[in-house]
Amino acid sequence: MNARRQRQWTQRAGFGLLTLATIVTTLPILLIVLLILQRGLAAITPEFLLAFPSDGLRAGGIFPAILGTVLLTFTMTLVVAPLGIAAGIYLAHYAPDNRLTQSIRIAILNLAGIPSVVYGLFGLAFFVIFFRMGTSILAGALTLAIMTLPVVITTTEEAVRSVPNSFHVVSVSLGGTDWQSVRRILLPQGLPGILTGVILGVERAAGETAPILFTAAAVYLPHLPNSPLDPTMALPYHLYVVSTQIPGMPAGVQYGTAAVLLILVLLMNVIATVIRSRARARRRW
Amino acid sequence: MASQLPFPFIAQQPLPPARSAKIVIEHLTLVYSDGRESLRDISLTLPNRAITVLFGPAGGGKSTLLRAINRLNDLTDVQRMQGHIWIDGLDILDPATDVIALRRRVGMVFARPVVLPMSVRQNVSYGLELAGQRDRRRLSEAVHRSLEAAALWDEVHDRLDQPAASLSGGQQQRLCLARVLALEPEVILLDEPTSGLDPISTEKVETSLHALKERYTIVLVPHSIQQAARMADHAAFILDGELVEYAPGRELFVHPRHPRTEDYIEGRFG
Repeated sequence: MNARRQRQWTQRAGFGLLTLATIVTTLPILLIVLLILQRGLAAITPEFLLAFPSDGLRAGGIFPAILGTVLLTFTMTLVVAPLGIAAGIYLAHYAPDNRLTQSIRIAILNLAGIPSVVYGLFGLAFFVIFFRMGTSILAGALTLAIMTLPVVITTTEEAVRSVPNSFHVVSVSLGGTDWQSVRRILLPQGLPGILTGVILGVERAAGETAPILFTAAAVYLPHLPNSPLDPTMALPYHLYVVSTQIPGMPAGVQYGTAAVLLILVLLMNVIATVIRSRARARRRW
Repeated sequence: MASQLPFPFIAQQPLPPARSAKIVIEHLTLVYSDGRESLRDISLTLPNRAITVLFGPAGGGKSTLLRAINRLNDLTDVQRMQGHIWIDGLDILDPATDVIALRRRVGMVFARPVVLPMSVRQNVSYGLELAGQRDRRRLSEAVHRSLEAAALWDEVHDRLDQPAASLSGGQQQRLCLARVLALEPEVILLDEPTSGLDPISTEKVETSLHALKERYTIVLVPHSIQQAARMADHAAFILDGELVEYAPGRELFVHPRHPRTEDYIEGRFG
């Protein structure tokens, strides 16, 4: 009887700790979201979303920044998705286990650990100056792509690896080639996981300031970018500027910008979650 | 026991005479890359349109031998493979062999039914689609014919477009058989195809195998000695990577010549 009571107590204490851990991790997120939305939503008007800034960014809207972030992340996705997915599939399915692939893996891990400002400086040296792209959407998108690559590669590799190998063996036993296994089974089955990885990578890139600081972003532009080689305004950089660089900035603009960025990112997060849970519900192995 | 020369080329005939040799295995030795020797100097002639059973204790190399016949061992770490396997006079271990074409001629059913994550219909037509068949009418004919031959049509004809994973275990295994039959292979390899099935499903699979041997060369690794005795036209007892005895099924299970065979059949080891 005594032992049983002790077990019950241990159980309760365990659950208590887990609940506490959950609260501690979710509370800051909830607070950030609530605080920003509460103060920012009021500032979000149609004009705020659709107009150019005016009065030294203190009034008007943030349309060029929203568009710039969309353009940057879209261009980046065009680069990072095919490259990262192809690399992930290679590592999961084709790569032999040797020195070369080991060093590739180590390189990817290290790539993921590099601070984003270093990517920014690399982009400045490599794309902006060496390849003479100038401060431009293209240079910024490529810089963001390199930064996002490790996330996409590792999630793709994991997603493809999670597909049972027996499917591949069956496919081969029916006269299939490696590539047919990839195209008809591994890729479709891994797709939800791959998409989740891509979206999470894109989402992170959308919120980054440092990589675009020297490669793409402008404080203010009186017109929208005309080509990929034009510089652009962007939400995270705009937020940085209106929060720290201009005196007498109304708090509404700051919180409004933050709220728009947050909503954009959360939206992508929700999409990723929906894709993942739908695929899980459909999967039957 | 083993013929020293490849037998005459007979593939051109639509239905070659029964009891002629279909597969000739000559001095086959196979070593895995971890140094494990899995098969040692196996020589065996498998007759056309009959069921040949490979039986013996687990880990003796039956599956390895089976997988050598359609080169599925290529996927595993085989260090060394010596000897020859002739199918209709072609040495399939020759590096120049078109393994894709070989695997279409030599189908395989695994111990655990692995249905592909798609519909029943797509599972059956998968192999044909890999081979480039796009004609919908042909594909659907093949689906019907193959499911019929695997004794599954009556049970699934009204849910061909449902996920194959929704079928029962026994149905899934017959689906795997149908998937192989869709390719109209010449040889069917079965690696303990009924090991996970209940007696009724097992009987259904065995019945369809009995019907199929009229047209196909069947190589079966049975999941029990009883099944071996029930199914074998010819039986090969394989122990520790070596062929101990090979004889017509009736002979081997009634009057085994080798004492080890007798011990195993009587259940004295295994």
